Amino acid sequence: MTETSVAPQNNADLAKGDQVQYVNELTTLNLGPTHPATHGIFQNILTMDGEKIVAGEQTVGYIHRAFEKIAERRPFYQITTLTDRMNYCSSPINNFGWHMTVEKLLSIEVPKRAQYIRVILMELARIADHIICNGILGVDTGAFTGFLYVYEKREEIYEIYEEICGARLTTNMGRVGGMERDLNSTAINKINEFLKSFPPVLKEFERLFNRNRIFMDRTIGVGGISAERAMSYGFTGPNLRAAGVDYDVRVMSPYSSYEDFEFDIPVGQHGDTYDRFMVRNEEMWQSLRIIEQAMKNLPEGPYYADAPEFYLPPKQEVYRNMEALIYHFKIVMGEIDAPIGEVYHAVEGGNGELGFYLISDGGRTPYRLHFRRPCFIYYQAYPEMCVGSTISDAIVTMSSLNVIAGELDA
Amino acid sequence: MTTDVKIVEAPDGYQGSGFFATSFDKVVGLARSHSLWPLPFATSCCGIEFMSTMAARYDLARFGSERPSFSPRQADMLLVAGTIAKKMAPVLKQVYLQMAEPRWVIAIGACASSGGIFDTYSVLQGIDRVIPVDVYVPGCPPRPEQILEGILQVRELTHNESLRRRNSSEYQALLASYNIQ
Amino acid sequence: MFVNDLLGLPTEFITTTPLIHMLTNQSVAEEIVKKFGDDVFDFEEPFGMLTFTTTREQIIPLLEYLKSHPQFNINFLTDITAIHYPDALGQEFCVVYHTHSFINNFRIRIKVYLPDADVHIPTAVGLWASANWMERETFDLFGIIFDGHPNLKRILNMEEMDYHPMRKEYPLEDPTRQDKIDALFGR
Repeated sequence: MTETSVAPQNNADLAKGDQVQYVNELTTLNLGPTHPATHGIFQNILTMDGEKIVAGEQTVGYIHRAFEKIAERRPFYQITTLTDRMNYCSSPINNFGWHMTVEKLLSIEVPKRAQYIRVILMELARIADHIICNGILGVDTGAFTGFLYVYEKREEIYEIYEEICGARLTTNMGRVGGMERDLNSTAINKINEFLKSFPPVLKEFERLFNRNRIFMDRTIGVGGISAERAMSYGFTGPNLRAAGVDYDVRVMSPYSSYEDFEFDIPVGQHGDTYDRFMVRNEEMWQSLRIIEQAMKNLPEGPYYADAPEFYLPPKQEVYRNMEALIYHFKIVMGEIDAPIGEVYHAVEGGNGELGFYLISDGGRTPYRLHFRRPCFIYYQAYPEMCVGSTISDAIVTMSSLNVIAGELDA
Repeated sequence: MTTDVKIVEAPDGYQGSGFFATSFDKVVGLARSHSLWPLPFATSCCGIEFMSTMAARYDLARFGSERPSFSPRQADMLLVAGTIAKKMAPVLKQVYLQMAEPRWVIAIGACASSGGIFDTYSVLQGIDRVIPVDVYVPGCPPRPEQILEGILQVRELTHNESLRRRNSSEYQALLASYNIQ
Repeated sequence: MFVNDLLGLPTEFITTTPLIHMLTNQSVAEEIVKKFGDDVFDFEEPFGMLTFTTTREQIIPLLEYLKSHPQFNINFLTDITAIHYPDALGQEFCVVYHTHSFINNFRIRIKVYLPDADVHIPTAVGLWASANWMERETFDLFGIIFDGHPNLKRILNMEEMDYHPMRKEYPLEDPTRQDKIDALFGR
């Protein structure tokens, strides 16, 4: 297409009044960084031939916040707050992923109850993440109703979070060594209520979209990627599974007792937008299954590990017990050194393999902490996925990739 | 038939049979304050809370912001929700410049207000370094109720603002201090 | 489609679950040493992950070998990043590759140490498309130059930035803050 384009070279050409032929003149379209359809801030400079995209180039980094540099200055427990703000649609997964990384370094064995509570919360977070992605995909294809309808359920997940940690979005949930507090009866009731009230809503949401002619026309065959290319581009999570590769960290390298649960890994066939949507929808059902099992088999016992050097003692103890007071002081002042070591720990985040590469030189802070952010790695495939399609398809493709700017730019 | 629709109270003025006289300021303020079109400039976590504010439960539309205007040309208030990196600062200023007067700005969340926990080389330490801000909403992120409160504060401002304020020398000096003509 | 199918393994190997722990660190390490000899050294296994060091000349042949090895099938590049050790003379920078075999569920971590004066290393873009941005990020934050990279420019920071912020000598804080310079309550 590029070869056939003949554009006037400069104003002088035009002034001469020569017959200039306009054949397939290419235009440059700047999509972003504040375009409402980009859901986050990244710039796409698209070269367009009419309404067809010929080439694209992205600029990212508009919300680079230097997480990795900050992490080098913070004691381990203070880094949890940073992980919150990475993939803010599913903060608990990031929180627990980080805690598990530190626990691996410290060789702390977390009690079964805490592991199950973590699983419940991580799966709730996955549902919350997928609700955003699929809801917004509906908005981008012209169906606002679905979004408003399932978002109401997302608020209920927020209520569960609030019951457990007091915050809605940036949860800062749990501690190194377990949970900060046990599930109280209100939280348990709310989770059970959610398990009952969410399936009909999700079913209705699926009825709205799954066989909807307009939605299918807008998404089937749009933004497809083959399994080979997806793996080459470092796709993980629902986007890779939509392309047909059944890779899931929860199954491949189980953490936090995921091996105890029975669940399926949905895979797609074509790696297109419709498959991504369907995989995410199915994952919500599987998450519900996991939560149900975890709630049913929730073991009794302590909710935190016996690791006094790293787990903040309960507040009552701090007031009454000298030893607890000393540990409390030492932990808060960051006076306890971690062992020397090198850890890579991965969890299945909302968007794929969320990895933490931690190098400890024995000090109170990490020597180096690197986050493997799934969004950052797979977003580079975006131009390849939308070349040849129209601008409206490109929007839908981006929406279904669920690129979270905070995670992308670190 | 009775309805729950509330009619706003008329401002102070002179009333007689078939006429009502009040100052133009008050009428314009009343109209503006009940139809503030927000321009969501959502960059990160606070953007998700802003989504909650727009969604069914908190329903921003109750306060006259039914239509989030994604074009700066037709927006009344700029809601900056989230961290603004230094790379983003010129874009933010450009968006602000594209808005027509009168325009109001809310800095939602700690990052937009002061840089928040991100005291780093790459983050702008508060958007008030590039554009003037009317209302700051604290929180990391603020709850939807807090965001609503911030918008209500802007309503108060618009309600009581004099029509001449934007022409005053103080306002011009404020803009000049940000290098805005 | 299963992973095995995708990589053209014989049909009798097709299974819905991956063949977990088919390889051991020991056997893989021995095989690699047999092939690369003295160019691979410092074998470790911190928390079970096979880790070793190689040279910048051998890194791409090594990755290629691991990727095309019929048994290892290291078919996925998980991550590329760098570490700065300002005090290690001649080994100031360490580029770390995390690789993963989906078929064997086996991870390998490979390190390459580079001196401060010569931070060049060949690019892995030819092997995995995902290396593109990972290398750009590493360049942006550490200043490691990946030779042969198609588009090696800053990705997260502004183009105008004249230093590589993740190096240990550069400060974290924003230098323009005036309200945090208090001697007692400041930073």
